[in-house]
This record gives sequence, C-alpha cells and structure tokens, in this order.
Amino acid sequence: MLIRSLPTSPVRVAVTGAGIVTSLGIGWPANAEGFRAGCRAIRGVTLFDVSRQRSKLAAEVDLPDWASVPGVSGRDQRRLSRGSRLLLLAAHEALEQSGWERAGPLPVIIGTTSGGMASGEEYLRRALATVPSRRGQASRVVQFNAQQQGLDVCRILGVPGSVLVISNACASGANAVGEAFQMIRSGLARRVFAGGCDALCQLTFAGFDSLRALSPSMCRPFETGRDGLTLGEGAAMLALESMPDAKRRGAEILGEIAGYGAASDNHHLTQPHPEGKAALAAMRAACGAAGVTAAEIDYVNAHGTATMQNDSSEAVAINLLAEADAPHLSVSSTKACIGHLLGGAGAVEAVVALMTLRGQWLPPQSQIQTPDPVCRFHVVNRPMDARVRTVLSNSFGFGGANAALLIRRFE
Amino acid sequence: MSQVLVAGVGAVSPAGWDADCLRGGVARGKSLVPQSIDGPPGLGHLRGLPLPPLGPPRSWTGHPRLRRSTALAQQVVAAAIEALGTAADDPDVRRTMGIVVATTIGCVNYSRRFYEEVLRDPATASPLLFPETVFNAPASHLAAVLESEGPNSTIVGDEGAFLQALGLAAAWLAQGRVQTCVVVGAEEQDWVIADAMRQFPGDKVHAAGAGALCLRRGAMSNGNVALELITDSFCFNHQKERRDAAQRMYAALDVSGPSECIADPRPILGEAFNAATAWQCILACDAIRAGSRATASVGVVGTNQQAIGARFVRAVGKPPPSRADERRY
Repeated sequence: MLIRSLPTSPVRVAVTGAGIVTSLGIGWPANAEGFRAGCRAIRGVTLFDVSRQRSKLAAEVDLPDWASVPGVSGRDQRRLSRGSRLLLLAAHEALEQSGWERAGPLPVIIGTTSGGMASGEEYLRRALATVPSRRGQASRVVQFNAQQQGLDVCRILGVPGSVLVISNACASGANAVGEAFQMIRSGLARRVFAGGCDALCQLTFAGFDSLRALSPSMCRPFETGRDGLTLGEGAAMLALESMPDAKRRGAEILGEIAGYGAASDNHHLTQPHPEGKAALAAMRAACGAAGVTAAEIDYVNAHGTATMQNDSSEAVAINLLAEADAPHLSVSSTKACIGHLLGGAGAVEAVVALMTLRGQWLPPQSQIQTPDPVCRFHVVNRPMDARVRTVLSNSFGFGGANAALLIRRFE
Repeated sequence: MSQVLVAGVGAVSPAGWDADCLRGGVARGKSLVPQSIDGPPGLGHLRGLPLPPLGPPRSWTGHPRLRRSTALAQQVVAAAIEALGTAADDPDVRRTMGIVVATTIGCVNYSRRFYEEVLRDPATASPLLFPETVFNAPASHLAAVLESEGPNSTIVGDEGAFLQALGLAAAWLAQGRVQTCVVVGAEEQDWVIADAMRQFPGDKVHAAGAGALCLRRGAMSNGNVALELITDSFCFNHQKERRDAAQRMYAALDVSGPSECIADPRPILGEAFNAATAWQCILACDAIRAGSRATASVGVVGTNQQAIGARFVRAVGKPPPSRADERRY
C-alpha cells in the first residue's frame, strides 16, 4: 500500500454476504426468525463453573457437528478453539452467500475482545499446577493469540487475506466493519471481509461479575428496574465490496453500509459519560457520512446492555440525536435476546440491521414492561412489521470506545 | 505533494525511558544481560530483560487515570508523549488526533493476576484488576491523558501488528479523519510470557517496552522523514509458508533480504514483540535523519501471523514555513 491521495468521490459500499452465529442458532434463517419474534436464548452457564458467581446466566451457542463446514480436517476438529469454530461458521455462510472468488486480494478485519482466552486460561492453570506439564502448552499459546481465529478461517476456507485484529472492547465488531467500510469508500480496497467474534470464557465472565455488571436475573435493556447485562457468545462476518463491483458481477446486495462514526469518551475506563457525548458524536458522524438526518432513521439497534449507566447515557444521546423526532423513533436492543457478545456484538448487530432491512420488520424486546422515563423514543416491545429503509447500529465499549454504523436498504 | 511525515519518535526499552536511551543501548552493541523473573516454583528458572526504574516523575505520572493502570499503559503514555513533543502541548492537536496501539501480549500482568484470583475464589476476584485487562485500556488511558477525542484503535497480532497499525494510521491521515496520529507498539513483562516463550525453539529473551511514532500529514521538505510504504501483510500458517511470505515481503520492499533492512535491535534489547518492531522503525528514521541513508526499510517476519514491511524515506522539497515541531524531528 503506497501512501497516496485518495479519490475525491466516495465509493458506495455493498454487503453481498453475511454470516451469523448466536445462541438463537446457526445462520441467517434461524437468527432472523428468533430476532423477529423477540425470542430469548439465555440459560444457565454450562461451559465453566459459576457456582461462586453472583450471576449464573449466559447466552451459550449450541455448536453443531463439524459436517456444517466442509473441509475441516480431523486435526482441526481437535485443535480449533471455540472462538475459531464460531467465526468459521459465520465466515462460511458469508462467503458462500457472497459468491466471491477466493483468488485475489481480500483483507480480513476481525473485532474481538478476548481472542482465544479459554486457551490462555488452560495454559495458566497448567503452569500453576504443583507439577507443571509442558504437554500441549505450545499449542495453547498459539490458540490464545487473537489473530489465530482469523488465520484459521483464512486457511480452512481458502481466503487469501491479510488478517487485521481490532480490539476496542465492545465496539470492536463495529470498528472492524467500519474500517472495512472506510477502506472501500476511500478506494484503498475493492472488497474486505469483516466481522467480529467472542466466545464465552471464565475470566471475562468473572470480570463482569466482579464489577456487579451482570444481571442475576434477566437482561432488560432500557427497563426502569434493569439490573445488568447478560454475556453471550457468537460471531458474524460480512462480505463488503464496492457497489460498482457488486452490480457489475450481478451479486445479490443485502444492503449498503452508508456511514460510520467513531469517537472516544475519556470520562472513565468503564463508565460512559452520563450525557453520552461521544456516543452522540459517533452517531452524528455516521449519519453525516451517509448524508442522512436523524428524522430519516427508521430504527436504532441500540448498544443497550441493560446496565444503568450505559442505557441512561445512550438514551440521552439518542434523544439528542433525534431531537423533536425522538417519540417517533423505534429503538430496541437485541441483547435482550442473545446477551452481550462483546467484540462480536457490533458485527452481529450489523447483520441484525440487514435482516430488518431485508425483511421489513423490527426486533422487539418482548419482556420490557416499563421503559425508563429517560427514553423519549419508542422501545419496540412486540413483533412488528415496519417500513425500514435506514438503520443506525450502536456499539459502545470499555475504554470509551464508541462506534456507530448507518446501514441502508438497497433498492 | 502531501506525505505522511514522521514528526517525532519516543521509546521505552530495557536501555531506559526515552529514545536517546534506546539509541545508546543499540550503539553500545552489547546484548543486555537477562535477569531472573520470579514465577511459580515448579517452572524453574525464568529470565528476561526488565525495564529500569522510571526515575524522576514525568508530566504524566500523577494523572488520575494512571493511578491503578498497568505497566503497559504507563509505557504507552511515556513513549507517545515523547513522540508528540511540543504537539502534546497544543490542545487542538490533542483533541483531534488519532491513537493506534499495537500489541501482542496486551495487559498480561493484570490478566494473569485476575485469573489467579478467579481460580482461588471467583466470588472475591478484584474488580480493580479486571477493567485494566482489556486490550484497549492503555490506548484509553493515553487518550484520557492527552484529552483526545479522535479515532482510537488497538491492534492485536504478532510482531508485524505495529506495521499494520502504521498502515491504519496512514489510512486515517489519507482519509482526512485526522491530521496527526500517534502509533505505539508496546509490550509488558510477566513470568507467564517468559514461560510461554520457552515452549518454542530458539533462545529469545523476554523483554518489555514501547516505541512510538508521531505521524502527521504535511508537505515534503528537506530533512523530513516520510513513511512511504507499508507492504501487504503476507499471512502464513506453517514454517514453509513463513519463508515464502518473507520472500514476498522483501520483494515488495524491493530488497533482497534482512541484510538490506535496518538491523533488528532484538539481539541487544530482547524480544519485545511490537515494541521491538517500533524500536526498529525509530532506528530507521534515525538513519535517514542522520543522512546515512536516503531510504530505510524495516522487514518483519513475525512469529505466527505475517510477514510485513515498511519503508521510510528522506523527503526532498522546499522548506515549509517555520514550525517548531517540524524542526524538532
């Protein structure tokens, strides 16, 4: 890549493939059905011991047998980390749908917070043992590295790409899609494979529990009496390419990434600014890049973690964005269905946005009873068909990372 | 013609807490002597190259955001502020600048300590440790210290991630999203990494530190150092693929191999992954600034992800209007 001036006319960015894995199921159809109905896929944790944790709930994925992805060797089936398996399933679906040739430049950008953390946990347990064993430790080091999941996907699926891993906490997935959008928009690339992934792990679960951030009961975004988030796991990958290329090859265009905004919040390492300043800046930047006014937004897929602080500050930011139009703006958080996927959330929720644009429906938070009075907007509380042309998807994370994607229906 | 200029550099290394210490350590040409690292009794002797004490307080050492932060965050801040130089005093520059941090290991010390507490009893694991374990905590602290609200990203990968980070920063500059961007490669020291390194062939010595480049879009002028090229990242999965990837990277740099690149400081200062790659880039910029080279290439063949290269050049052109920060580096 030479440092050079870029074209003056932004290139439009099409989505021609999307893959998704969540606790609702594997693939677009299962997830679309679940999100449309507002199904809740949260249950007791089985992956590790939570008997000493305040919360016992998470949104675990039921991983299918290996027949779902062709070309996975027996060795890979034994070695691949849980994160790699999640990402592989999503990537396979997205690539198949895109119809992309596997030859030629294809950058891969992945957002994640923990990478192969479960392998790191096992490494440390064995290193701390009274009689440490070196057996398998080298493999655990390799699997722990965050870039290994992307490398596994590229190798198994024959993707000839570079792998860039962005780790900006809960904004990672949105940042990955956003940077891919910027690369194509500015002419630095003609296509990019981007998404996010996180698998449940004990360290992260215990971490959020130590902060009293996990709900011991039920994740209820924007509810007056909400009491915390529920962790989930999953992955999503999006095939992004220039709109002219997509049209030229007759690809099915699922939607258009029309805008991206990112801003930093220096208020606190873990708490958002109560006035949601950086969140507002990110949303406005995304809208500005797309040439869209707040009045033209049909639906906001909120970050909506169900913590008191996030939902309050995000509600303030959305109110300020929408101004007088706030009462007419439909908002919901799909974390009520699948929990908080951390680094995978932004990418998964971008796919949810595509689903609403394709299907012309809004995902409800079926369990919400009394929206927080700070919400001047309408929290979608029942399954509903709707005219959806423009969706704003928010992702805000630890460290003040704020990102927003503006996704538009392609017609 | 606008170029991506290297407006400043900063470093933290086993040789000391600034770029001059880095230069002195490399100039002496002698490998530093590893010291013992305390770890669990069952793991035997672990060794590494620690950072020397910080010395007198710096402008940032009393910042509230750094009170409970990791060593990694403090290394990032130290290197970045040195690289920014007088630009760190300009509130407009600080508010809009970009920040990219590249790391392989991340905040491993707090992660390890937190998980040890989880293993003892999850009910009492410290909430003070967990937030500092996230990969982007150091970048966040740096933004807070600088009061920066611009784009901020943390890149995770093998030793080549720092060059990927330079590429991302250059893209931000080209896209007009920022006018200034500080890029930091940083790693911290912990016994678990020293032990992890022993799982693989070779005699690398675990080290810690940080290196930073301040990039700015500007007009070419005599004496400036410019970032001319970041090659594609050539990924690999096996050792044979690694050799092929390396050859493709050197070809993209238009060099025959490592002998035509800036010498790797790792044999002297230890293996500090992305910090060491940043140090190598600093030495490349120094060579151009000193007039010993017109171009300087940095070729990184990473441990387990990619081969990637960067080329720095001496800018040639009319002198710009006088600016203190352009004369600084």
